[in-house]
Amino acid sequence: MIEVLSVTKRFGDVRALDGVSFTARDGRITGLLGPNGAGKSTCLRILSTVLRPDRGSARIGGVDVVAEPLRARRLMGVLPHAAGLYPHLTARENIEYYGRLHGLGEAALAARVDALLGRLGLAAIADRKAKGFSQGERTKVALARALVHEPKHLLLDEPTSGLDVMAARELREWLKALRAEGCCVLLSSHVMQEVEALVDDLVIIANGRIAAAGTPAELAARYPERSLEDIFVSAVEDAAR
Amino acid sequence: MTAVGGVRPDSGRPGALGAIRIVCRKELLDNARDRRTLFSAFVFGPLLGPVLFAVLIHVLVVQTVSTAEAPIEVPIVGSELAPNLVAHLGARGVEAAPSHGLEKFADAADAVESGRYDAVLLIDPDYAERFSAGETARVTLVYDRSNTRAGSRVQRIRAAVSSYAQQLGTLKLIARGVDPDVLSTVMLDELDVSTAAGRSIVLLGMLTYFLLLATLVGGFYLAIDSTAGERERRSLEPLLTTPVERSSLLLGKMAATTLYMLLALALTLAGFTVALGYVSLEPLGMSSGFGIGSALAAFAVLAPFAPLGAALMTLVASFTKSYKEAQTYLTLVLLVPTLPLVFATMLNVKPTGALMWIPSLSQHLLVTAIVRQDPIPLAYVAQSALATLAAAALLAFIATRLYDRERVLG
Repeated sequence: MIEVLSVTKRFGDVRALDGVSFTARDGRITGLLGPNGAGKSTCLRILSTVLRPDRGSARIGGVDVVAEPLRARRLMGVLPHAAGLYPHLTARENIEYYGRLHGLGEAALAARVDALLGRLGLAAIADRKAKGFSQGERTKVALARALVHEPKHLLLDEPTSGLDVMAARELREWLKALRAEGCCVLLSSHVMQEVEALVDDLVIIANGRIAAAGTPAELAARYPERSLEDIFVSAVEDAAR
Repeated sequence: MTAVGGVRPDSGRPGALGAIRIVCRKELLDNARDRRTLFSAFVFGPLLGPVLFAVLIHVLVVQTVSTAEAPIEVPIVGSELAPNLVAHLGARGVEAAPSHGLEKFADAADAVESGRYDAVLLIDPDYAERFSAGETARVTLVYDRSNTRAGSRVQRIRAAVSSYAQQLGTLKLIARGVDPDVLSTVMLDELDVSTAAGRSIVLLGMLTYFLLLATLVGGFYLAIDSTAGERERRSLEPLLTTPVERSSLLLGKMAATTLYMLLALALTLAGFTVALGYVSLEPLGMSSGFGIGSALAAFAVLAPFAPLGAALMTLVASFTKSYKEAQTYLTLVLLVPTLPLVFATMLNVKPTGALMWIPSLSQHLLVTAIVRQDPIPLAYVAQSALATLAAAALLAFIATRLYDRERVLG
């Protein structure tokens, strides 16, 4: 479970997050939805311990990300926006590097990497250097890298941006499979239609605040006879007011 | 199950040393696959210095030898007036060249000033007359002091003329029944105590410069790639989400940079050992004294400079926003080893205990001493290493502080 409690974060005079609270539950896909600059990435970066909150707290699987960042990192896989690979390393080596940093032993690591490469359909390019990979291949390798230590929680920042239709679809199937295994998946997006079919819970964020939260069904009930996109737009407009 | 670098069984993540080793190993492998990095670190650096050095010394030797032994041709205006002087000069390798068109002092001055001749000798029109009368006969040497290339030739002409004058003077005294020793009241004996290799101070300065430069170049691209490069290709943020302290990540990168630098240094020293084996320094009056023993000693003395350079380059590259910016700033860092060199050469400083606390200057002085085959107190070597490693530790600490800031993501 991922818990965010009244998190505030400023960059100079800009208030990126202003008392944000929400919860992402295990075995569910939670979508963090909002326009560009709403604070989605800042929120995910605080959860992934890359940034520290000014106020408030956040927990991954019950571990406080500020007090025990290293323990928290063990419990999650992170796919930042436009995550880069090492171009001179092969797909396998890119994944292995993170496995070692997560403390996996060589035997367990080899087995785990082979399994990931197989499941993600990367076996054919496993030993090719990342230099020439397509955007889809890069994202898949970055995802495998984030999953190498079998984390219970997965954070993804705009995972489908830059992917073609087929690759995006494949990624969504993957996330559904992880959900079925009991993972707690939290992803951000600014494209309503994309998350509509995928997420179980929605957190709409605008101007650093939570504008609305709930399952798509709950939101639809709250705003009757309107499409999810209309709900998104009016929630964002309300927040801006 | 055995794990890389020792896994803490309770927490399931590598310890600090294990993490440093993992990062270091990855950076070594990653950069070993970059042709540009490899070329600049292990080909360009180690070859450039020794080859340039060997060529320079060779040119210097050829020049010195040729100017010392080859006959000099000098136009002598009015040579027919002083056949004995001309013969005397000829016997000392100063040969009369045809002096076409040169008649007066002004012609000679123009010819020398324009660089047509290095020097011109003018025999006074009254020479023969005054000579026969037993009076002082005049000879004028026209030369340009700013023409350093001609310096040794002018010196030889002057010496040849003086020796002729002295010889004649001695003969005149004897003819008058006077002991020529009457004139030598004080005799000056000269004794030059500089060791043979000691005369090559500027060359030695260049030697240490090339060694320090090649060492820095060895880690140049790795330092950039592992910091500014990592940020630019956006692999830094996911790396920071692995369960490893940022200081461990950075120390691993510095360790890899240091190893590349040490390898570059070893290759460069090997290059110098080979190159100096081909060039004979004896004609310059220097013993090269740069064998395998000297190379090993120089490696030991220079090795502490590698972690300092690695920490400095990593720190500077961490400040920068992009690969290009890092390249610009690090190029300035490459100038660092020239500073002690200029200082030491200008002031002709000798190794002292106090100077051993200054990194890169101490290495320069120690390597110079090794090549000159001067004795070096072991305490100096220890002081130099200690001071250099302490500076490296300080810079590394500052760099890790820098990486703990949020702005490191750029």
